[in-house]
Amino acid sequence: MGTRKVLGAMLAACALAGMGAAHAQIRIAYIDPLSGAMGATGEHGLRELEFAAEQVNARGGVLGQKLEIVPMDNKLSPQESLILLKSAVDQGIRYIAQGNGSSVAGALIDALNKHNERNPGKSVVFLNYAAVDPDFTNDKCSFWHFRFDANTDMKMEALTTFMKGEKKVAKVYLLNQDYSHGHQVSKVAKAMLQAKRPDIQVVGDELHPLARVKDFAPYVAKIRASGADSVITGNWGTDLALLVKAAKDAGLKADFYTYYAGAVGVPPAMGEAGVDRVKVVSIWSANSAPPVLQALFESYKKKFGADQDPYSQGLRLSVEFLTRSIALAKSTDPVKVARAMEGMKFEGPFGEVEMRAADHQLIQPLYISTFVKTGAKYKYTADGTSDYAFRPEAKMDGPATAARPTTCKMQRPA
Amino acid sequence: MELFLTSLLNGVTYGLLLFMLSSGLTLIFSMMGVLNFAHASFYMLGAYFGYLVSTKVGYYPALLLAPLAVGAIGALVERYGLRRAHASGHVAELLFTFGLAFLIEEIVHLVWGKTPVPYRIPASLDGPLFTLYSSTFPAYKGFMMLVSVGMLVALYAALTRTRIGLVIQAALSRPDMVEALGHDVPRIFMLVFGGGAALAALAGVIGGNAFITEPGMAAAVGSIVFVVVVVGGLGSLQGAFVASLLIGVVQTFAVAIDYRIPGMGRMSVSQLAPVLPYLIMVLILIARPRGLMGTRES
Amino acid sequence: MKARALLWAGWIAVLAAAPLVVGHGFALSLLCQMGILVVFALSYNMLLGQTGLLSFGHAVYYGLGALFTIHALNLAKGGLALPVTLMPLVGAAAGLAFGIVFGYLTTRRAGTTFAMISLGVGEMVAACSLMFPAFFGGEAGISGNRAIGAPVLGITYGSQVQMYYLIAAWLIACVAAMRALTRTPLGRMANAVRDNPERAQFVGYDPQWVRFLMVALSGLFAGIAGALSALNYEIVTVESLSAGTSGLVLLATYLGGLGFFAGPIVGAILVTLMQTVLANATQAWPFYFGLVFLATVLFAPGGITGVAMLQRRIWEARLLGAALAIYARMAIPAAATLAGSALLVEMAYHASSGRGAFRLLGWALDTRSAAAWLGAAAFFAAAVLLARWRWRHEALAWARIAEALAGGARP
Repeated sequence: MGTRKVLGAMLAACALAGMGAAHAQIRIAYIDPLSGAMGATGEHGLRELEFAAEQVNARGGVLGQKLEIVPMDNKLSPQESLILLKSAVDQGIRYIAQGNGSSVAGALIDALNKHNERNPGKSVVFLNYAAVDPDFTNDKCSFWHFRFDANTDMKMEALTTFMKGEKKVAKVYLLNQDYSHGHQVSKVAKAMLQAKRPDIQVVGDELHPLARVKDFAPYVAKIRASGADSVITGNWGTDLALLVKAAKDAGLKADFYTYYAGAVGVPPAMGEAGVDRVKVVSIWSANSAPPVLQALFESYKKKFGADQDPYSQGLRLSVEFLTRSIALAKSTDPVKVARAMEGMKFEGPFGEVEMRAADHQLIQPLYISTFVKTGAKYKYTADGTSDYAFRPEAKMDGPATAARPTTCKMQRPA
Repeated sequence: MELFLTSLLNGVTYGLLLFMLSSGLTLIFSMMGVLNFAHASFYMLGAYFGYLVSTKVGYYPALLLAPLAVGAIGALVERYGLRRAHASGHVAELLFTFGLAFLIEEIVHLVWGKTPVPYRIPASLDGPLFTLYSSTFPAYKGFMMLVSVGMLVALYAALTRTRIGLVIQAALSRPDMVEALGHDVPRIFMLVFGGGAALAALAGVIGGNAFITEPGMAAAVGSIVFVVVVVGGLGSLQGAFVASLLIGVVQTFAVAIDYRIPGMGRMSVSQLAPVLPYLIMVLILIARPRGLMGTRES
Repeated sequence: MKARALLWAGWIAVLAAAPLVVGHGFALSLLCQMGILVVFALSYNMLLGQTGLLSFGHAVYYGLGALFTIHALNLAKGGLALPVTLMPLVGAAAGLAFGIVFGYLTTRRAGTTFAMISLGVGEMVAACSLMFPAFFGGEAGISGNRAIGAPVLGITYGSQVQMYYLIAAWLIACVAAMRALTRTPLGRMANAVRDNPERAQFVGYDPQWVRFLMVALSGLFAGIAGALSALNYEIVTVESLSAGTSGLVLLATYLGGLGFFAGPIVGAILVTLMQTVLANATQAWPFYFGLVFLATVLFAPGGITGVAMLQRRIWEARLLGAALAIYARMAIPAAATLAGSALLVEMAYHASSGRGAFRLLGWALDTRSAAAWLGAAAFFAAAVLLARWRWRHEALAWARIAEALAGGARP
């Protein structure tokens, strides 16, 4: 009982300290896993976000204020994220950035909708840099949410358009993780292949448990038995690396069309097994970067290490859009900034980028690249390696990837 | 037919790896009644030490050095940690190993980072061993099978043919009597714990480069190993062998089968695969708590 | 009797007044989180501390209670069959039902076998959760809105303060119920079954039946905790059923102390603080978590309340003066050891994450400099040596106290 009184006093002290002095800075809370299984991915994102903020601050900030990043470790838990959101709001932070895990993003969007509705003067805007569930810019769209990565459907659009031109693709096997992301990849792959190349046969549609399979040999055996020459997979992390390794071990001669072969941990784990076999769709292609971006790239590598690859372009873009919107709205009030952000269009380093007002989805160019052994040709290596790189094969402009109409019926504040 | 044979081979390989992991745990569990949650962590440490040694010295030395190092760590843990917790009862011992597993994972994060390390199969073992129909069977998996079987034989010989082995066997079922006969049972416990850790580490050295070496690997195999030990039965190495093969084969075949379960929507047997080992364990515990070949109940 | 009534009145008053002291968002959310974990940990201690059943799958009842509640909340959107205030009853019913089902399956055996079965059942249910996304919500979970229905007396549960009072009310009810249960014949027989099942059998009670009832009832209370968490966060994910949540409640109960009713309460408060405040303060929080846990297991197996009760016994034996003297003399070496180890841990974490230079309590440290490492290591070594040297002097005095407590004559 006495314990509680002491605790109460302590908490009061903390809370009062938290109220503190007013901040003359624009703060962005980065709510992502910084420990545990996805900690490495979250930390990578944090580095990129802080780097992007530093670039802005070096130019004097925006509207005379500097950007400050406040990292918060959500341990990949939606519940934890909601607690951190409350903490952020309590500290007066009005912008949050997140990307690892559509489950977390969904929980945040829901919570933000409720919070912004119940507290009109304390709105918070959500900058989503990598959560690719298409629902967030369709049925579950929200005025407060902006997505800076191409969603699952858009990436599949790019992949299937590329496959359309590949004559050797005749039989495709779909292997995905058994959860919403995997289900979505499987669904749109089938639909888009049917539309673009009805002659392609989908010879298998397999789902495996998420992050539990240690040995993909049985799955590879099934792929071989089906006679497939290409595999489409939305797998990430060890699920992807182990799959590619198992394919090499069994001598499977098939190409892998993936979403996440470039992400933290996968290139070093794939190693030799992925060479010339693995393709990836992404919003970033290091070896196609124009000089202005290369300069940025060089300073990033100098700061964080020669084998680091800032593949999470979504963060750089979200900071750029934020600063431009604040400048345009001449205010840091989230409602005004959000209004300024939707519909914004400018020329990015890879091509034109547009934040579509209808659903708050960023439309940008997409690249298809192949994992290869690097020689003198490829200046920039894959993340975490010094002897492998991604060779760009094709580029699709923004509008080409955004062909699908959105079902979003956005409700805007009055 | 091809699918059946390939799945069988894959299942047996996976089962043998599980056996390598669970043999040590069975010994520890049977002798000390302690469910060692940190066993999978020793497996992980073995993989990381194997990586360390193989990049500095070579892969074959790693097969010897890494298990020795981890075995030493295991013995120290038993002597200074577990023995103290033993005084407070089974729950305390269990919780100690629980906390230890957690701490080992953190230390691995600290030293080697959170991403996978590039622990590669040595060139001499890389490549196909033989071709079955149109699939190749990698040489490395053959090596893994060889080591597992070799380990079973060596362990069996050591336990049944050497003096210390006989004492350990006796202590497995009658520790008090063995102590009354004048043997230093605490020292034997330390030896067994260290030995179990070394076995797990050997499994790690061998399995770490085939399956990715990363900090989550302990959590990934941890629960399956318990299932094997429980299903196989306490005090029985043969039981652990049978159970690991059973579970390895069942899981692999479950993945290969495309049969859709009637009445469960789009659920197929392969999606049910991850639940099967636990289902088997629960059924065995309810029907026959001493396991398939156990000599005593806990 | 009067002291007890005062105690109850006292902490009810504290609960009621807390939001007035810490009315802000984050601190209030923290209190809500604590309240939920307290109910959960108390329900777990019904099994572990009172009946001697170590379970690794207790989160199953918590998670299923939460899921049923959130589905009830969503179903009630059209017209509220059950007011939000009484929604935890849905969780209770679900927890009880599954407690009965799983309890029947798992209580045939006790001890390690029970622990393994509970682990298996827990893993099975967690694995099922990804296979039946319609009910379990997949990895995105199920969300709901608690601010539905016409406000009763102006209460919509939209605000966190109102949610806090709901949690506080249910907390009081559950604590009172569980406390009362320990005084019933069932509660007493559970203790007997824990200590000596054979003897309990001789007295005429079936240990399996007693265990079964305790599992079912603890499932009921765990279900209430789950329901409260569903209402508080307005989302339920597969994580509520996971081994991680089972591990968390085990940790909280053990840290607090198994042997006393108030143990899990203290443990839950401490663990919540560690999880949130500590996690915000330092990157190395998992390491501290593990260290605290190991230290408790090795040196204080009775948990925090065990240590507190030890002090009370010392006070009753009128040895508190001597004990305090020992504590005072060991305080500085112990604090130095803790500080030294924290320093090394923080440096290791910062070095590992690539942020070489950082500030610790105002001190600038750079992990890239060998001098910093040597300094920290030297400090730690010195602290340990000092502690060991002092302990050699204090050990005798402590042994005398221990002997006196164990019934020997006062020195």
